[in-house]
Amino acid sequence: MRDVAVVGLGKTAFGAFADRDLRSLAVEAGQKCLADAHVTPSKVEAFYLGNFAGPSFVGQNHLAPYIAGAMGIDGVPCTRFEAACASSGSAFYHAVASVAGGFNDVVLVTGVEKMTSQTTAKVTEILAGAGDTSGEVRAGATFPALFAMIARRHMYEYGTTREHMAAVAVKNHANGAKNPLAHMRKVITMEQALAGKPIAEPLTVYDCSLISDGAAAVLIVPLERASEFTDKPVRVLGTAQTSDQVALDAKDDITTFRAVRTAAEKAYKMAGVTAHDIQFAELHDCFTIAEIIATEDLGFVKKGEGGPYALAGHTGLKGERPINTSGGLKSKGHPVGATGVGQICDLALQIRGEAGERQLDRCWLGLAENLGGSGATAVVTVLGAA
Amino acid sequence: MKTGLVYTETVVHAAPEQFAADAPYQLAIVSLQEGGRVTVRILPESQRGGRVQIGDTVEWAEDRNGVPFWHKV
Repeated sequence: MRDVAVVGLGKTAFGAFADRDLRSLAVEAGQKCLADAHVTPSKVEAFYLGNFAGPSFVGQNHLAPYIAGAMGIDGVPCTRFEAACASSGSAFYHAVASVAGGFNDVVLVTGVEKMTSQTTAKVTEILAGAGDTSGEVRAGATFPALFAMIARRHMYEYGTTREHMAAVAVKNHANGAKNPLAHMRKVITMEQALAGKPIAEPLTVYDCSLISDGAAAVLIVPLERASEFTDKPVRVLGTAQTSDQVALDAKDDITTFRAVRTAAEKAYKMAGVTAHDIQFAELHDCFTIAEIIATEDLGFVKKGEGGPYALAGHTGLKGERPINTSGGLKSKGHPVGATGVGQICDLALQIRGEAGERQLDRCWLGLAENLGGSGATAVVTVLGAA
Repeated sequence: MKTGLVYTETVVHAAPEQFAADAPYQLAIVSLQEGGRVTVRILPESQRGGRVQIGDTVEWAEDRNGVPFWHKV
């Protein structure tokens, strides 16, 4: 296998953009990425797209060549990957495999979602399609409801509190307020977070990520060719995708994401690192409880200690292991299909020293965790300075 | 009569389009006495039901359009 490097980054702002369509967002991110790596579209040898529900949200299918064609990428394999909220994490994983395996040298990976042209009730219904529609969804489960049931059980077994979850929201909003591309650049207080409108008890609106439009793109190449594109390559040290049951009621223990644990084990092994070595991370905080559980599943803390770890400030910008310096899905926004590649961009920005007000001092080894559904897909990636 | 224990639960306030008229409603994952788990709706108080918590014993009441409704014993 060849070593792989990220040599270009491109992101749109995340937000609610009434005048933007899906394709224009994806094209903007892709063009910014190619410009960042100083390449023309004709050099791209394959296009990997992550998108969850374009056909449902905007009525467009065959999305990969639809976007590639608009960018001037022509005559190459263009493929869409769908893995719920891990769609572009999955696209990235498979793109890395194609470069590592020698099939392609210059690969563009883009994630995109256009969600805000639908009502919140309709978005809730479309998102629920990532659950088991013959069981839990038929009974009335939404994604907030599934994660609310996860939160309830985690509270019951480990004593996790609403304050623990609110601490994640407060921290991610504080970070997102410093991110010029974030959807909701608003600082919130613990009191506000606790008094939020209930969505699915015990989760309030402040425990839930945002419904956003947006796109993100990265260009990957073999590490040995990275200097042709950038003087700040970021190395893909390890990446792994794993799966679990789709239905929440089919999982033995819902206080842990088994797919995250197995993906992390593989990614750590590939990178030759341990959880202890990871200095900072972008974690999939689709709901605040999901960030707490991820810190446990990734081995940053022992099982059940994720809540107190967040409340103590260890995951803040000045903490021992900063998490979601971008603002996370909670504040940066969660255009579902763009999230996985967006996380890779945000890790790489830190490693390149381009994170502005959010810039960390110790940031040469970072991890991204991208979760699909209630844990049926997980992608864990370890990036490092080259 | 099918019975089981509440493994976890939530009360849904923000419902998907097709269940908007039912909100707020309680949803639970029940560990069945016979083994396995199932996601069910809990009957509201107005229909011989009422809110349940983790550990409560519940039993099947009826199916409506293929959706199992359960209530507290």
